[in-house]
Amino acid sequence: MKILVPIKRAIDYNVKVRVKSDNSDVDLNNVKMAINPFCEIAVEEAIRLKEKGIATEIIVVSIGPKAVQEQIRTGLALGADRAVHIETDAALDSLQIAKLLKTVVDKELPDLVILGKQAIDSDNNQTGQMLAALTGMPQGTFASEVLVADGKVNVTREIDGGLQTVSLTLPAVVTTDLRLNEPRYASLPNIMKAKRKPIDVISAADLGVNLSSNIKLLKVMAPEQRKGGVKVADVAELVAKLKNEAKVIS
Amino acid sequence: MSILVYAEHDNESLKTETNKLVHAASAAGGDITVLVVGKNCGLVAQAAAKITGVSKVLVADNVAYAHQLAENVADLVVELAASYTHVFAAATTTGKNFMPRVAALLDVAQISDIIKVESADTFVRPIYAGNAIATVQSSDSVKIVTVRAASFDAAANDGSASVENVDIVKVSEKSSFVSAELTVSERPELSAADVIISGGRGMQNGENFSLLHGIADKLGAAIGASRAAVDAGFVSNDMQVGQTGKIVAPNLYIAVGLSGAIQHLAGMKDSKVIVAINKDEEAPIFQVADYGLVGDLFDLLPQLEAAL
Ligand SMILES: Cc1cc2nc3c(=O)[nH]c(=O)nc-3n(C[C@H](O)[C@H](O)[C@H](O)COP(=O)(O)OP(=O)(O)OC[C@H]3O[C@@H](n4cnc5c(N)ncnc54)[C@H](O)[C@@H]3O)c2cc1C
Repeated sequence: MKILVPIKRAIDYNVKVRVKSDNSDVDLNNVKMAINPFCEIAVEEAIRLKEKGIATEIIVVSIGPKAVQEQIRTGLALGADRAVHIETDAALDSLQIAKLLKTVVDKELPDLVILGKQAIDSDNNQTGQMLAALTGMPQGTFASEVLVADGKVNVTREIDGGLQTVSLTLPAVVTTDLRLNEPRYASLPNIMKAKRKPIDVISAADLGVNLSSNIKLLKVMAPEQRKGGVKVADVAELVAKLKNEAKVIS
Repeated sequence: MSILVYAEHDNESLKTETNKLVHAASAAGGDITVLVVGKNCGLVAQAAAKITGVSKVLVADNVAYAHQLAENVADLVVELAASYTHVFAAATTTGKNFMPRVAALLDVAQISDIIKVESADTFVRPIYAGNAIATVQSSDSVKIVTVRAASFDAAANDGSASVENVDIVKVSEKSSFVSAELTVSERPELSAADVIISGGRGMQNGENFSLLHGIADKLGAAIGASRAAVDAGFVSNDMQVGQTGKIVAPNLYIAVGLSGAIQHLAGMKDSKVIVAINKDEEAPIFQVADYGLVGDLFDLLPQLEAAL
């Protein structure tokens, strides 16, 4: 079975982003970028399915400027077999991304598409579900366990009340949550090998997808900063302050 | 203008998120219809009819909707959406699951996790774990919006809307419910609690979370956790507060033995009063805490329980 793993280049999760002084957007100049952590979990899950003998081929795909090939190489070094890079400099919304990914799904016909549940930049949590809708696939979002058997995939999902398991026919879309697995590090020999793995570069403009969006970013502001408070000496002072000053307990 | 609000519920009771959604919808203006999708959810529909500002409640009560599977719910909402200018759902795991499908099937964008309604077409939402706040405007014919309930007050319950049944049944053969493992707790839910006490990696193991129980009981608090505590298996996933867990804004948030990583802060920094208990006086959590207590949680928690 073939697995498609769309991955996103995003800000490194340790970096605290700053807002540009003209409030037009965030400032990503000279900021450390990485593969979005949830996408890394998606790649790892695909590799584990291949190691178990369930998957036979893993294709990573990323959309964006030339720089996303860095993250594609990471995906290949982790264990993907080949890659597709849809090249564009445009800032796209999830819907356009999902439409571009659909063109890859239509061509590659994967049995499973595994994506991160959200990217830690836009925090949208949309692309997997949109891709599932556009391709008519069922979806298992926020997965903490994925079991493939008998032409179906059982996905255990992290939901607000606990866990829920759904059974999906293949092909299906799965989006990853944090507990699905712990991604490995790429070994040096695999990083070297990844340099020789093929990347198929396609221009987004050639895919016949309308890339314009109806969402306009009006401004981006820094959040209101909380003022740091005081240190209290002991539990008695804490309780007194909560009762008499903050008045949040009685 | 007319807004369809998707009710948050578990077939038995209506969740306060729904009141908050109605409040958010009323800021956009227009007529508000609440849609209740489930199985044997009549009581939920009656409760929704009482929310102030709601003019009509639609109920799709069918076994196909018992578990609110995204495939079925999305197809239903898409069919109903033609009569509305907006669809609002809570940014819970239910709303996050089906709403993007609705948007894609309608060929419009989704605006996720809004914290403010500026006008009928302009919304404010956090990005980058809340380290930036974006204002976005949509020219889509129907606006598909998920709402961060913690950022809105709840609409009151003195209305009396009419209740109508919807007979549309959508069943996908591709997806089916297998099982659920739901956490049962006598304590309030994180999303509804006025007081939350959360433990982190510093709690060391699951048993030690019992040190939080007595305090939670005295304060009527819900118990939360950091990702590290959930990953380590101390507590269940539904307790995770943060960028990728639950977003909360209670009156009082007590953070115990957790460092205050940006991903955790993203989930709780809008709390009214924050207390931090940590043995490391340099821990970043103290930068957002109104009251910080430096010391060993194993000494301090029993003292706190006794003092309340
Ligand atoms: C993609 C992604 C998403 C994430 N999403 C979330 C999220 O939603 N929520 C979240 O919480 N995290 C999230 N994280 C993880 C986050 O980055 C941190 O790793 C995590 O929050 C750390 O948890 P912690 O504070 O409990 O642990 P630590 O950072 O290890 O902090 C433990 C703290 O306990 C204190 N301590 C230890 N022993 C004691 C004692 N005896 N008495 C008093 N204090 C003590 C220590 O001083 C320390 O400050 C995410 C990370 C990534 C990459």
